[in-house]
Amino acid sequence: MNPSAQKTLSVKTLQINGKDVSAREDQTILDVARENGVFIPTLCNLDGLTPVGACRLCLVEVKGSRRLLPACITQVQDNMEVSTNTETLVKYRKMILELLFAERNHVCSVCVSNGHCELQAMAQKLGVDHIRYPYLYPKLAVDASHDRFAVDHNRCILCQRCVRVCDEIEGAHTWDVQGRGTASLVITDLNQPWGTSESCTSCGKCVQVCPTGTLFEKGRASGEMTKREFLPYLTLMREERV
Amino acid sequence: MSKARIATIWLDGCSGCHMSFLDMDERLIELADKIELVYSPLVDAKEYPENVDVCLCEGAVSNEDDLKKILKVRARTKILVSLGDCAVNSNVPSMRNPFGVEAVCHRAYIENAQLNQQIPKQVIPPLLKNARPIHECVKVDVFVPGCPPSADGIYYVVTELLAGRMPDTASKTRFGA
Repeated sequence: MNPSAQKTLSVKTLQINGKDVSAREDQTILDVARENGVFIPTLCNLDGLTPVGACRLCLVEVKGSRRLLPACITQVQDNMEVSTNTETLVKYRKMILELLFAERNHVCSVCVSNGHCELQAMAQKLGVDHIRYPYLYPKLAVDASHDRFAVDHNRCILCQRCVRVCDEIEGAHTWDVQGRGTASLVITDLNQPWGTSESCTSCGKCVQVCPTGTLFEKGRASGEMTKREFLPYLTLMREERV
Repeated sequence: MSKARIATIWLDGCSGCHMSFLDMDERLIELADKIELVYSPLVDAKEYPENVDVCLCEGAVSNEDDLKKILKVRARTKILVSLGDCAVNSNVPSMRNPFGVEAVCHRAYIENAQLNQQIPKQVIPPLLKNARPIHECVKVDVFVPGCPPSADGIYYVVTELLAGRMPDTASKTRFGA
């Protein structure tokens, strides 16, 4: 994963939920937690893409830090004492997830990704059975101008996986984000219809990494959009060639 | 032991949750020994009675009539269950919300009507600004997401409540299930 892996890396020792664990110095709290079978929820993180800390679901408590820290972009340090499942964290995770639902128009029952959606599955896993915040009901567009794919902004959680996979893996950087806060939108090229994008190679990687039904293949009806896990394989093949 | 007084109501939904309720099939016979269905689209009672133990509520709160009904149901019911995605998160009925009532009515009654193009002013209850989940209007005790929740899920919820326990629905159903 890290190109500088050949140089000597020192080992850090830390505690996760009271258990002693060791890690390479270039690892994040999330990496180490996963290696040790500790579950930390994530939506924006994806193996093979640079972590960005966008979804905030992976927040953890680190003793001595007054802020909660996103595990996906926080590097390990010696003698860190990390907690991943405190009452505060459980509370905040549910809030974050509920706010994601309240912010756009997520209608699972008629979504192409119903039954294959990471947001929907996460709600069930974290016990979110209703949303306590007022829904914003924003008026958002669907862009179906591309020959094979479409983007429905109603379902977007702004995880930026599409932006990263297009930039880092495909090398096209067709996708980006415009606006700020809840007004943010993923856009293609200079905010033009996807079908008119000159940089898009129509590779479909963005569609495959989308955690929800935002990006999908045309012609898929409710619940029919399933994703292929191609990124770990691609990353592995590229690593071995170095 | 006296039978539990159960009711069901149907607000802005497709009746799919009630169909799923009926899909409990032979288990309905078993339930019939333990419950009395005091009010429901499935029975003939005209007025929502007092002292209801459990009410399964399908549908979002979308018009003035829905709101009036759910306020009455809440006042007369011990345990109010939001049954299905429309009740829990307003689901498909909420898809009109971004457009506004005026645009929606115009689309339905003027643009898409071939005869008598007019927006109804009587008999049909006026739409509220938004179709809303039930818990935004009254307190809800149990949430059962799903579109519709499965018959197994509904059976689990009803039997748990009859046994005096609060059901853990996360293990049985989810949004869109």
